[in-house]
Amino acid sequence: MSEEIKTSNPAEQETYSLNDDRRVRVLSPGTLVAKRFFRNRLAVLGLIMLTAMFILSFIGGLLIPYGQTEQFYTYTYLEKEYVGVTHNEEFRYLVADGQAFATILQAQFLLAQGKGQDAFEYKDVSYTISEEGPDLYSIYDAEGTLLAVAAKDIVNTADGMADPSFTLKYEALKASVNGRDSFEAEGETYTLDEYDNVIYNGMEIAYISRFVVAARENGIVVTRDFKEKLEEALETDIDEFVYVGEDGEEHTYAISYNASAMVWSVKQETETYVYNSYASPSKEHLLGTDNNGMDMLTRLMYGGRVSLIIGFIVVFIETLLGVILGGVAGYFGGWVDNLIMRVVDIFYCVPSMPIIIILGAAMDNMKVDAQARIFYLMIILGILGWAGIARLVRGQILSLREQEFMTATEACGIRASRRIFKHLIPNVIPQLIVTCTMGLGSIIITEATLSFLGLGVKFPFASWGNIISDVNNSYVMTAFWWVWIPAGICLLITVLGFNFVGDGLRDAFDPKMKR
Amino acid sequence: MRKYIIKRILFSIVILFFVTLIIYTLIRCLPTSYVETMAMQLATKPGSKPYQEWLDQLNASYGLDQPIPVGYVHWLKDFFTGNFGDSWRFTVPVVEEFKSVIGVSFIMGAIVLVLELLISIPLGILAATKQYSKTDYIVSASALVGISLPTFFFATILKLIFAVKLGWFDTHGMVGRNFAQLDDIGQLLDKCRHLVLPIATLTIGSIGSLMRYTRTNMLEVLNADYIRTARAKGVSERKVIYRHAFRNTMIPLVTIIGGSLPGLFSGALITETLFSIPGIGYASYQAMVAGDIPFTMFYLTFIAILTLTGNLISDILYAVVDPRVRITA
Repeated sequence: MSEEIKTSNPAEQETYSLNDDRRVRVLSPGTLVAKRFFRNRLAVLGLIMLTAMFILSFIGGLLIPYGQTEQFYTYTYLEKEYVGVTHNEEFRYLVADGQAFATILQAQFLLAQGKGQDAFEYKDVSYTISEEGPDLYSIYDAEGTLLAVAAKDIVNTADGMADPSFTLKYEALKASVNGRDSFEAEGETYTLDEYDNVIYNGMEIAYISRFVVAARENGIVVTRDFKEKLEEALETDIDEFVYVGEDGEEHTYAISYNASAMVWSVKQETETYVYNSYASPSKEHLLGTDNNGMDMLTRLMYGGRVSLIIGFIVVFIETLLGVILGGVAGYFGGWVDNLIMRVVDIFYCVPSMPIIIILGAAMDNMKVDAQARIFYLMIILGILGWAGIARLVRGQILSLREQEFMTATEACGIRASRRIFKHLIPNVIPQLIVTCTMGLGSIIITEATLSFLGLGVKFPFASWGNIISDVNNSYVMTAFWWVWIPAGICLLITVLGFNFVGDGLRDAFDPKMKR
Repeated sequence: MRKYIIKRILFSIVILFFVTLIIYTLIRCLPTSYVETMAMQLATKPGSKPYQEWLDQLNASYGLDQPIPVGYVHWLKDFFTGNFGDSWRFTVPVVEEFKSVIGVSFIMGAIVLVLELLISIPLGILAATKQYSKTDYIVSASALVGISLPTFFFATILKLIFAVKLGWFDTHGMVGRNFAQLDDIGQLLDKCRHLVLPIATLTIGSIGSLMRYTRTNMLEVLNADYIRTARAKGVSERKVIYRHAFRNTMIPLVTIIGGSLPGLFSGALITETLFSIPGIGYASYQAMVAGDIPFTMFYLTFIAILTLTGNLISDILYAVVDPRVRITA
């Protein structure tokens, strides 16, 4: 088979005798094939594309600092209803120690107060009202005992202080509505500062305010400091303020007024730690992140690894089955050939894509583990795909069997298995390589299609197909190109690479090719 | 010739027998999810029988309690008497469902085939006549790109560009939102509009291989002795290519196209599913995923028959078209 090429330099020819081996350059068939292959621009392009994809998948995964299923988190601001604030416009009642002031009496009081009366009767008992100041009334029964106090201002206990007694509250309210800055109760003197804080011995024990602050969720403790800040914000009519809580955390609070309910609702903007889903490409994540907050580039690399490994193993299984059965059929002929070829016919006729889909759905049903699934997938694809290779090998062997070199091996008494695998199969290898290379591309597409439909490789494993399957959510398709376009391009480049190389090899192996 | 055809048909029937046996065994070995789901649903109804009783009853009524060989013979008997059973997924007789979906698939397949022939044969010939030129490179490369494009990725890109960004077509379905308000012509146009993207996807995916096949065969013919003779006689290049070469290229082309004719009925499993086109492919996908045994069996047998018919047609055409081929039965 070796071909001799005359050197073009005439000067060299003179130095050697005519039958000197050095006059000619001997090229092995392999070198010739390589030469023809590298002259084909498309094939070289395909080789470069494949190399790039292999580096991306197998070396990239080692270099990238992230793991295949490593999830990334981010902080986002969540607005949470924190407190509701109402401006008190109704009377609230402080009941004196040991007395009772039922709701029905409260209603009677309101009626009388509305009419401007200073007394009312209920069930033959008469009550007197005395106005102590603006929006502050005290109610006495017939004997002149103080029953309750009705006020619109509210006396709140300062943080960490004991609840003030009724008398203290009453005196404080009286002082507050009348604008005094000190008052006496139970024999002690208290002062009132400009913010209506009740101060005793330099300590704030209570404060008076018309704002009612109610926590919207259990566990929220509204501090006095916060209330003051909030009141200040409400009075100055700003709709956002920043407050540093007792735990030292700074939060932004947004205030909005609901006119119909007459409530200010205060929302706390909390920083929340969440999966960094669908992050745009950035320095940390060159291709952004996916739905689960995993780095897209990393997924792409590991996905490539899975897709390529599946492709290679399936082709290996197909070739193994195909070469053995095709070789046996072609070499022995007769009934063996007939039997094997009918089996090939049957496998040719079995609709493979539907079968794979059914098996995929069945595996879904049986909840097969993701790793085992990849394994089964490879076996299924391999078993469904060997028929083509068997047919090719048989055809080649049928024609090779009749050639002289086979007669020679028979004459030498070489045993059958050796004749098949040592002398026949190597001659089929060129066609086999071409078929396998092109086959790799189509297997990768099949696997990707299945994974895309959710019936192939499953999460947590990445494959180019299941990365793209995110586009089943049409919002992802339109808004997050980085989730599916790169995977599709990788897939296209790889399959195209295999097809270019396969095509180039076919031309290169063809001895009829002149170029 | 007749003897050969009869022999081939008998052979095909034997193959079909084994294929259906394999498919039936496979389907029966699967966890019968559909029956279980149904039994589960029925058992949760108030005052109902327990799950196991429902399961047994359903299995008996679907013939799933018989062993596989018996069940297969039963299925075979039903199949030959034209009784294909009721689809579980669609709750109508299988044949009825088949009739309602096959039309769209056939129309789509026919349009794709025509487009494929119109595009790939001229381009293949062009590439072959200008071998190693820039045109040849572009045609060969784009043919390979067409083959390499994963259907689902290409379909998604088409959807993104033409349905989402440009808004020309809908992403899914066969009819638009205002279909009911349209008149007859409007309804027809609406349906056509919804078929544009699926047909584009299928055409781009299929022209590649035929283009390469045409090119390879044309190159072979162009290297033949009779073409050299024709050129030597001084026949014009046009005549050489279209009179002498093209006719001979047609021999393998006709056989392969004839063989692909039954495929018009097989539908496009992936593309129809992607675009939710209610054809045989999408219907069978739904049936397969739901574990609908009667419809799946019918569909798979149908596909197997189509494949066998295709092979038969192409073999017969090969003998008919090429006078050099003599069949010895």
